[in-house]
Formats: sequence, C-alpha cells, structure tokens
Amino acid sequence: MTKITLTVNGTRYTRDVEPRTLLVHFLREQLNLTGTHIGCDTSQCGACVVHLNGVSVKSCTTLAVQCDGAEITTIEGLAPEGTLHPLQEAFWELHGLQCGYCTPGMIMSAADLLAKNPHPTPSEIRHGLEGNLCRCTGYENIVRAVSSAAEKMGSPDA
Amino acid sequence: MTTESDLKPRYVGQSMKRREDPQLITGRGTYLDDIKLPAMLHVALVRSPYAHAQITAIDARRALNRRGVVAVFTGQDMLDINPLPCAWQAGRVTNHVNTPRALAVDTVRHVGEPVAMVLAEDRYVARDAADMVDVSYEPLPAVVDARDAIQPGAPQLHANAPNNIVMEWEAGDRAKTDAAFAQAEVVVAEPIINQRLIPTPMETRGTVARYDAATGEFTVWMTSQAPHVMRLLLTAFVFGIPETKLRCISPHIGGGFGQKIFCYNDMAFTMWAARKLGRPVKFVEERSENYRASTHGRDHITDAELCGRRDGTITGLRVKTHANLGAYLSTIAPGIPTTLYGRIITGVYAIPAAYCHVTGVYTNTAMVDAYRGAGRPEASYLIERMVDRFAAEIGMDPAEVRRKNFIQPDQFPYENGLGLLPYDSGNYAPALDKALEMVGYADFRALQAEARTQGRYVGLGISSYVEICGVAPSAWIGLAGEGWGAGLFESANVRVHLTGKVVVTTGSLPHGQGLETTFAQIVADELGVPYADVEIEWGDTQGTPFGYGTYGSRSLTVGGTAIKKSLDKIKAKAKRLAAHMLEANADDIEFADGKAFVRGAPAQAKTLAEIALQASVAYSLPEGMEPFLDETSYYDPPNCTFPFGTHIGIVEVDPETGHVDLQRYIAVDDCGNLINPLVVEGQIHGGIVQGIAQALYEQAIYDTNGQLLTGTLLDYAIPTAAMAPHIETAHTITPSPVNPLGVKGAGEAGTIGAAQCVMNAIIDALAPLGVKHMQMPATPERVWKAIHKEL
Ligand code: FES
Ligand code: FES
Repeated sequence: MTKITLTVNGTRYTRDVEPRTLLVHFLREQLNLTGTHIGCDTSQCGACVVHLNGVSVKSCTTLAVQCDGAEITTIEGLAPEGTLHPLQEAFWELHGLQCGYCTPGMIMSAADLLAKNPHPTPSEIRHGLEGNLCRCTGYENIVRAVSSAAEKMGSPDA
Repeated sequence: MTTESDLKPRYVGQSMKRREDPQLITGRGTYLDDIKLPAMLHVALVRSPYAHAQITAIDARRALNRRGVVAVFTGQDMLDINPLPCAWQAGRVTNHVNTPRALAVDTVRHVGEPVAMVLAEDRYVARDAADMVDVSYEPLPAVVDARDAIQPGAPQLHANAPNNIVMEWEAGDRAKTDAAFAQAEVVVAEPIINQRLIPTPMETRGTVARYDAATGEFTVWMTSQAPHVMRLLLTAFVFGIPETKLRCISPHIGGGFGQKIFCYNDMAFTMWAARKLGRPVKFVEERSENYRASTHGRDHITDAELCGRRDGTITGLRVKTHANLGAYLSTIAPGIPTTLYGRIITGVYAIPAAYCHVTGVYTNTAMVDAYRGAGRPEASYLIERMVDRFAAEIGMDPAEVRRKNFIQPDQFPYENGLGLLPYDSGNYAPALDKALEMVGYADFRALQAEARTQGRYVGLGISSYVEICGVAPSAWIGLAGEGWGAGLFESANVRVHLTGKVVVTTGSLPHGQGLETTFAQIVADELGVPYADVEIEWGDTQGTPFGYGTYGSRSLTVGGTAIKKSLDKIKAKAKRLAAHMLEANADDIEFADGKAFVRGAPAQAKTLAEIALQASVAYSLPEGMEPFLDETSYYDPPNCTFPFGTHIGIVEVDPETGHVDLQRYIAVDDCGNLINPLVVEGQIHGGIVQGIAQALYEQAIYDTNGQLLTGTLLDYAIPTAAMAPHIETAHTITPSPVNPLGVKGAGEAGTIGAAQCVMNAIIDALAPLGVKHMQMPATPERVWKAIHKEL
C-alpha cells in the first residue's frame, strides 16, 4: 500500500492504495465518483476521461499513485454544484447523448479541446474527439453541441 | 370554446429536450457497475482459450489459496440448474436446440466460453486468482464458417444436430419463382456476404445478484433490455423456482442494440453463487470478454439471384442463405434469419415471385442473435444491392428501376407473398424524390461524368428500404408457426394520484431512446396536465406490469399505445365521475385540456386534479365505481408497422489507395407521426452510423482455429467522430393505421437503410473500372483489390 494525497473536484483526500490501482478504480470505488465510466480494456473508448492538472487523461490508463499531489476534475466537479458547464448545457439542448455512457468522458475531452482550441471547426471537433467512442449518437449532435458550447463560451456575455 | 377535437397538442410533435439528461450529463446516472452492496463479492471468469475442446481437469487449489478468494465454482457444481432457454424456436428447430449452461460442462465450443468462476473480496484479487485456476483441455478440431460446417466430415458441435444444422427454413413460392427465372429476359446473380458484427454498446454487460435466504428471494440488477422476460426465463426455465421469487431491475443501461435483450449465463451463475454463498455477487464483463462471449450479429452467406425484363421490371428473386448462429442458440437467435429476414427480402418492391431458403448452422464461434435491425438490414442490403446490380446490367438509372418497381400507394395493405402480415401503409416515391432533390441528382450525374474525365471516381448510392417494427401480434408470431414462445404485447399502468400527479409504469425499457420524455409528452397532452406532473417509471419487475421490453423499434408503437389505452380508460372514468360531481349525464361530458365539463358549458368544469381527489378520498362516487384513477392496459397490435425511406450517399474513391471518402449522406425516413423530432433524429443518426460502419469498417474475424482476431476495440473498428460523416435528414410522414398514435418506429431505420447506400455508391464510383460487386466492409485493401481484380 502506498499513501497518496490528491485533490479531486476541490476536495483533498489522503488514501492508501495498492500501487497498481488504476485512477478510474480509485475514483469509482474509493471515492464513489461513479460518473467516470469504463468502456474498454485497451485505452480506446474514452469513457474514463478526467482532467489531471487541467489536462484530459484516460483514467483507465493512469495509476492512482501517479496522481499523488495532483488536482483531478471529474464530470461531477466540472461545474459548481447546481449549475451546468456550457458543454453540459449544449449536450442537453442539442441531444448530444442517448444512453449517456460515453457522455462524461466525451464532455471532459471536449472541455480540454475547447481549452486548447476555443473556436474549432466541425472537422477539428471530430478529430479532437477521436479518443472518445460513442455508439449511440453517430456523433452528429455531439459535434453540434461542442460547436454551440464553443460559441457560447466565446461570446462576451458567457 | 374548447372541444376534444380542436385541442392542439402542446407537447406532442415538439423537439423537447430530454428529461433523462440532467442526471446523465452530470455523472449522476446509475449504471450496473455503479451498484455496490454490502459484503458484495466480485467475479472473474476463467474462459476457454480454445474454440473446441474437452475439459479434462480443473484444479482450483492455487486460486483458493490466494488471500481474498472466497470460492471457485465450475459447471459441475451447477448441474442443479438448467441450461438457458431458447425462446424463439423458429423454423422447427425443436429437436436441434443446444443452449449454453451457466458454466461449461465437459466441452467448450467457442473461445471465451466460461469454464470456472472465481469469487473474491476485490475485483483485482478475483482477476489474479482466475489466472491461477489450472484447466486441462483436450483440443478438438474447430469450424467457424457456416458453409464449411455443413460439409461431410466437418467437426461436429452437438450430437443432436447432424452436420451442425440448426434448421432448414423457407419462405415464398419456389415453383413460381423457378418459373419466373426460366422465363426471364435478364438474370443477375451475386454472392452476398453480410459479415459478422459485434454490437458494442459502450457499456459492457453485467449482473449483480443478491439472495435473501430468509424469504428465498433473489434481487438481480442486470444490463437488460427486457427484465420481465429475464425474470420469466430464469425462474421458470433455468432455476425452476416460482417467478415471484425473483425481482429483476435494469438500472441505467449504457446502450444495448440488441445485445442486452438475451438471457446470459452470468445471470444464472451470479444468482447461483449468491444463493450458495449468502453474499451479493457482481459480475461485469471486460470489453474483450464482451467481444468473445456476448452475442454477435448478422453473419450471412447468401447466393442471391434477381430476374426481370429489359424494361426494368423485376419479375423474380431467389435467395439461399447460410446463417451462422454460433456455438449455441441464443435466446431468440432462430427468429432473426427467418421471420425477420426471409419474410421481407423483396423490400419496397412488388416482385411477383420470390423464394428464400435459409440454413441455420452451428459453428465454433460466439452466439449470433439480434443486433440493431436484426434480419432486416441483411434483407434490405441484399435486395438493394441486387436492384442496383440489375439496373447496371440493363443500363437503366437505378432511381428509375426503383420507382418502376415500388409497391404503389393503392396496393396497401400489401401482401408480399413471403408469409408476412400485410405492409400497413407506405408511399415510397415521395421519399425517393425528396432524397434525389436534396442531393441534386441531375447535377450530380453531370459532375460525375466530368470527374470521370479527370480520372476521379465519385459515385452515388441509393437505398430505398422498408422494415418491420413493433413485431406482433402475438397470435401471428406465436400461434401461426413462427415458433415464438410467448406473446409480444406491451403493458402500461397509469395512476392519477390524489394530488393530481400522474405516475405511469411501463413494461418498456428505455436505454437511450428518450422514452421517458416521449411518453411524458403523450401523457401530458392526453390528460391536459403539466408535463412536469407526469412521472414515467420503468425497469423494475416489482412495480411495473409485465412487459416484453425494448427492442425491435417497438416501444413507441406497442408500449406507447399501451399507455394511450390506459389514458383513454382514465379519461372515460374521469368523465363518469365528473358527471356524478356535476350532476349531469355521463354522455354529455367532454374531457379536454385537463378538464371535464358538460358539452357547451365549459365554465363549470372539474379539473383532473379535482376528479382525482374525489376518486381518491372516495366520499362520493357513482354507484358501483371503485375508488382511484388507476388503469392498466396490455396492448397487442393487430399488425406490425412498416417504416420506410430512401437514403443517398456520395463517395469518392481514391483508386491509388482504395480509400473511400464518404462525402455526403442524406436520409429521408418515414416513421409515421413524430412525437419528438429531436429524439427521432438522434435515433436516425446513430442508426445510420452503425450501418455505415458495417459498409466501411467493421467485421468480426475468426481465424480457422476459431480465435477471434478482432477481440478488442483495438482491432474491431467502431467509428470515431472523424470516421463518421455529417448527416442530412428529412422526413415524409405516412401515419401508420395500425396504432392510434400513427407511429411506425425509428430505432433501427438508420441501420437498415445505410450499409447498401454506401456500398452502392462505391460500386457506382468504380463502375468505369468494371467493378460490379464487392463485399463489405469496403476497406482500402478490399477496394484496391476490387479495382485490380484481385477479389
Ligand atoms: S475505459 Fe476505455 S479508454 Fe479508458
Ligand atoms: S450516448 Fe450512448 S455511447 Fe454515447
């Protein structure tokens, strides 16, 4: 067991973990943050994407011990309690989700994409989200939602 | 004055954003793996590495010594429960049925078949220990291809199925069809392979089982599209216990696409172990386990022949299909390549003579069962490919051949001669015209001709499809020889509580389709209550009426109509009670906009809330009336519905690399009336990309030893956003006469329309190079080989 201290969604936690514990299991099993999902065993699907020090990572391919001292944001902490991030609003508004399983990872990846490229073209969105698989939506409304959120976030009153 | 007839719907027809979403976009959903129970054990499986082998010994001692391991069980331990049932024994498979056991006993028949289960306090420990169970196998020869499996001398999977044949099934008129071919001016023939696909819902499957020894009751959470059916199958068939001793709950489901309809061995072995150990048990598949051991789809090898006249009239269709059903029969597997395929192979065309023969075959592969579209994508791919092939042969425009042979509007209800119930309604030309207009057909042909002079290969593909939704009625599917072991109605209960709030429980099982929103729109309009006052409940066999679940695009057509029937009963009772309250004659009462009133005197109306209160406190009710507004309905439709449409795709093929660029995709779908256009559009988008994926990317491949070469998401190419096209959609609306909502179903339409659309476009692009046909998926390698005649 290794002791790690990290901040998740603004709260500091100190926990003992097995060195091999994956970040996704640490979040889901130890912290009960089950919004981060698991969709594969080969680091393809992106259902598990969270932010590690502000950058998107696949938490199924990250060890919890690597996050000692880090700041993690999950879908539960993307917007302050009771509010929605513009991406969450846009996914809701434009029907960017169906079963919702890919959605947390998709939104976390999209947030990182918009941080790096605030005004992406539809093609840039499609390529930017290549690490996230969705089997339900055909991506059409996901692309629309990310474009719309980008517009809102870029507008002066956002 | 408001009357029932002129009341405009407030919610139906609106693109309302989904009430399901606030939970899901904030990570507050509850999917199966989110469920944790006190003292819960985790399962890891030992699975067969061989496609076909005798199990000679299982030694679990090393695993049992691992700290944290509680038990290891094998198939021998579970001989007290029965194999899983096959519930749709279409094609007289009765004597050849072989289904999986909870864990393999003596023999394994496909890679990934579970052999032993390890239960541990922690999922990592369970996985470690599974690798410490020593299993000895005596490998046997394996066969993976349906045509190879029926050859003399092929490895035999089951003693009761000589030559590995599950069934021989036929539809249509063979003699008449042979005669049509004998007289035909033109005959085209092609091998048509509808390759094996893996459904790949983003959430894998899983089960959590709990047993209460004091009451003898199980509670099982499952990733199931049909929990009531699972309850029935697991109790009556597998465990032999009263149905009342099992409660099945489907939490949020992360996509299904058919794969989550069926009864699986993990349901049985988690229940068995929970009872044995007295502790809750959880099993969740890893993705590579899902790929090896949950159901696959399609896998048809077909010889197709179509005949006609040089004027473009199609006169006959003859089809012989080998359907690979895998190592065992999954829950409804025999019904897919028969009822849902062979009976609709003529598609949207009035073809006077058609015949279909299907041989169902066992092979050493994962079981094949319904995957989005289930039989209908195979049928529409076949007919639409052959119609294009015929058009090319006689040098006629493929749009014109289609138009010439469409079933005409005045031919409905239409009997296709293949033993299907009559097509309910349709008007196929307007959808084709709209799609041609959207794509700019005339201009395209000019551009295409010009591109060809520049050595560029652009092509346009048309797909005019029809499908079967809301499969029912029970009397047809059950009694008339289709072999279905149950009904196919759907249920709904509607209660108007004392406070006027409305609670609807449904036997449908939404898992991404937005049914909570769609159903609430219908209820709020019908009862004239605020949308927010309507609650839709589903997913728990304790608290919902028996229903068949969600698949086959049936939940709005059948489940929605069951709700509508209950609403009608609620309104009828509310009117009788309002008459009593208003001291009027019940025949003079109208119900509109949430109020009941004497016709012509709306001022003295009683609101539904007032009526519900009166019904609930029950101080004063009409003679003989029971308290409460509470009505249940079971709706068994008189027919299926037949949605249709035309899709058009444009591709450019790079002849150097074989790469296909899908540049435009246009879908004009007719699924009858639209309750929530936003939700319908989402269903169409998703369906189309799954169909495109079949045309361009996906194929489950086994090597000749039965090893799954596409065993992870690394090797099996489900499309990313960058691999999917922008989709342009439109609708025509031909209401179904089958149900009072006039809806036809939308969940599978996209998948059923898409694959042939892309393939026809590719072959159109390559026509100048002499390419007439090729198989899916059109990977660069395969396209390059087609161009270079290395098929
Ligand atoms: S779980 Fe699939 S990428 Fe992490
Ligand atoms: S919404 Fe179901 S996988 Fe994306």
